[in-house]
Amino acid sequence: MKLTVNGKEHEVDVEDDMPLLWVLRDELGITGPKYGCGIAQCGACTVHVDGIAVRSCQLAAGDLEGEVTTIEGLGTPEAMHAVQAAWVEHQVAQCGYCQSGQIMQAASFLDLNAAPTDDQIDAAMSGNLCRCGSYPRIRAAVKTAARRLQGV
Amino acid sequence: MGRIKTIARRSFLIGSAAIVGGVAFGTYMYKRDVANPLEADLGEGAATFNPFVKIDADAVTLITPRADVGQGAYSIQAHLIAEELDVDLDTVRIEPGPPSPAYYNGVVAVEGMPIAATSETMLARTGRGAANVVGKLMGLQLTGGSTTVPDMYERLREAGAVARETLIAAAAAQTGLEAGTLRTESGAVVLPDGVRLAYTDLAATAAETPVVEEVSLRDPSTWRHLGKPHMRTDMVAKSTGTQDYGIDLRMDGMVHATTRTNPALGGGILGFDASEAEAMRGVQAVLPITGGIAVVADNTWRAFQAAQAVACDWGDTPYIGDTALQFDAVATSFVEDRQDSRFKDEGDVTEALAGADVMEAEYRIPYLAHAPLEPMSVVVKLSDGRLDIWTGTQIPRFVQAGAASVAGLEAEDVYVHVLMSGGSFGRRLEDDYVRQAVEIAMQLPDTPIQMVWQREEDMTHDFPRPLAIARARGLASDSGVQGYDLSIAAPSVAKSSLARLGQPAMGPDVAIVAGAWDQPFAIPNYRVTGYRVPAMVPVSSWRSVGASGNGFLHECFFDEMCHSAGLDPLEERLRLCTHDVSRKVLEAVGEMSNWGSDPGAGRGRGLAFVLSFGVPVAQVVEVMDTGDGIRIDKVFVAADVGRVLDPVNFEAQVTGGVVWGLGHAMNCELTYAGGVAQQDNYHAFEGMRLYQTPQIEVRGLENGTKIQGIGEPGVPPAAPALGNAIFAATGQRIREMPFSKSVDFV
Ligand code: FES
Ligand code: FES
Repeated sequence: MKLTVNGKEHEVDVEDDMPLLWVLRDELGITGPKYGCGIAQCGACTVHVDGIAVRSCQLAAGDLEGEVTTIEGLGTPEAMHAVQAAWVEHQVAQCGYCQSGQIMQAASFLDLNAAPTDDQIDAAMSGNLCRCGSYPRIRAAVKTAARRLQGV
Repeated sequence: MGRIKTIARRSFLIGSAAIVGGVAFGTYMYKRDVANPLEADLGEGAATFNPFVKIDADAVTLITPRADVGQGAYSIQAHLIAEELDVDLDTVRIEPGPPSPAYYNGVVAVEGMPIAATSETMLARTGRGAANVVGKLMGLQLTGGSTTVPDMYERLREAGAVARETLIAAAAAQTGLEAGTLRTESGAVVLPDGVRLAYTDLAATAAETPVVEEVSLRDPSTWRHLGKPHMRTDMVAKSTGTQDYGIDLRMDGMVHATTRTNPALGGGILGFDASEAEAMRGVQAVLPITGGIAVVADNTWRAFQAAQAVACDWGDTPYIGDTALQFDAVATSFVEDRQDSRFKDEGDVTEALAGADVMEAEYRIPYLAHAPLEPMSVVVKLSDGRLDIWTGTQIPRFVQAGAASVAGLEAEDVYVHVLMSGGSFGRRLEDDYVRQAVEIAMQLPDTPIQMVWQREEDMTHDFPRPLAIARARGLASDSGVQGYDLSIAAPSVAKSSLARLGQPAMGPDVAIVAGAWDQPFAIPNYRVTGYRVPAMVPVSSWRSVGASGNGFLHECFFDEMCHSAGLDPLEERLRLCTHDVSRKVLEAVGEMSNWGSDPGAGRGRGLAFVLSFGVPVAQVVEVMDTGDGIRIDKVFVAADVGRVLDPVNFEAQVTGGVVWGLGHAMNCELTYAGGVAQQDNYHAFEGMRLYQTPQIEVRGLENGTKIQGIGEPGVPPAAPALGNAIFAATGQRIREMPFSKSVDFV
């Protein structure tokens, strides 16, 4: 099958039911999206499909429709996306393992809701687990990113 | 070459007499009798001055041997060296270094000794000294017990200073200028005329320059990074998906493996049928390993699928396999011949608590899993008698020794490459997953093999925080708490985990009563007794170890006593407090939380205080009884580590500890049926989610005389402060975790 990831087209030969997460990680070597639970409980595997946050451990390769963006495609160390820059500014990460997913979730959410309320932020980000407990800074970083994206 | 030998034998002067405060700097002799592992493969023209700094023509490399499991260990170690060496951290290499006795931990052994952090008796000082000797003699390279900062605070700054002064000497030799006219800045020696000689350009000369032995450390008032907000070195990588963990390594020819061992712990495997799995796409092999099977495939998911398709005939667990029976074993352990310790025995508890007005209560805490978000993962390759291991670990030398014994190799033929861990909380103090991977490598040599566990395998093969029961008796009157008799029964973490590392655990296990026996309160009749429950399922250290549960056991009953006698829990603690540093922490949290003011209808505040790992921490939790359940609104924390080296990360570690403590208290337990852990993924072991996270306000005090670490001490007071707050708001006293058994949370 063909798929487009971070603007690049790939051809892979996989079972229809292989989750997108493992196509990315083990077939294409794109390891930003992480495996944490495999059952939609942690959000570490979050990527965008046509800009919308999706748990890639739950999306079968055969069901993929649209272009995939992973954390690597959102921004790079040299040219970070506003959400990533806010994450660095607030020093959100501890072990960091959940943060690719957190950032992809936040980026998609802010794309759909440019000026979210605190409750909306809480609701949007609560599917992503952080065992290290970085939640207070995730909240703060989402707010900073929202302001930056609006050019405030 | 001659020079290397001289250095190895030479002692050098390092150090400062002042641990905190930076007043009286002196120097003292420190026997440098452990070989510098960096000398082993030092290239031509490269210099190393000690086990922590290496410079060649390409780069300055700082060695940060304590593992980073998310607590920011790499960053703080690098900053400690850089503060003296004058390098910019974005231009240097930061590496964890090889397994080596040079990276021994000189303070962690104190945690195993019954020495109260507040004690300054000769015995206490001698014990702390002995911990250093033990650590050094054993070459105990271990990250844990919140020891990275206290252990490395002087060693790494000294390492940086020695390197700096030697580079200055090299520059002096090269230019013919007086060393005293030279200074250092941003990775270069600066000459009086402003010309800069980069350290990398001085490497070859420095390699031939005698190491400058006498250095003094900079006064903290002149620090540029330490003590001020600074950027952790790993933030950009962790915000851009470019941080590699063990699960992320990719190598030419690498195959993907996973293992499945008996979920009934210790039950072993009687036989298996792999015919279905072997026929599945991408599967290269199904191999027997100790206690189960391994599947090797060309993709992790295919390995997962195939592992589930192997029909396994499992044996029965040799342990007490059901949680009700496990608790029975704990409940029947309050007997004389299981008494493990009585480190605290003040006044006459028997006499004081003989009356009919004595309060009694029983508290329970469950087993808990570590469940770091990165499941256990490791890459191994065995080729021509050389074994390479890439993994996140807190115990590289034990990993090396364990792997060598499995593979039948000498330890020096095992190369451990330590990686960033995606969390640990104590899980990576174990090497079980590495041993499994080595068993695979022995059956599949010359191939890099990445082994990743399924989440379910990870959670059902943890070494959990042990369960415990506390029986508390006490007496309080309006003149104060008069008697407190706390008995705690739990299995021994020390015995269980040290046995797996091939080490004996002698004497009582301090962890059974840590965070309870050693609290700075002068209750006239005060006794804490530990009872050791015979070993059941293997257990291990979990963020804040014994104090993680004992804080709850000690502090909630203390609160009960206060309420029974109409005493204010803060005032009573202040009245009883014997330790000034702790008193100030209590006062601070009282002020931050506006303690004593009316919290409003349906609201309650709870206070708890626990001194653990040398750090007094007080927390006030404020909750609202919404009618639909309890909502945790605010948490106030005051903690004293003596000196806060990185205020930003300090706050992160404290808030993370609070979320950890609260989340597990709210809704987590690990229960067993037939030896099988019943919670096998996050749906059943959730912890705290973002919408439940309170506002957390943190204040770091600096009155303590010793510098301490903060990765763990924020955890123990969180659960009891929550329990006490729920009581204040609702009148309901919760004596069992998780609290979700007793109340709903919003
Ligand atoms: S791995 Fe996909 S949600 Fe956890
Ligand atoms: S930073 Fe470790 S799990 Fe979120």
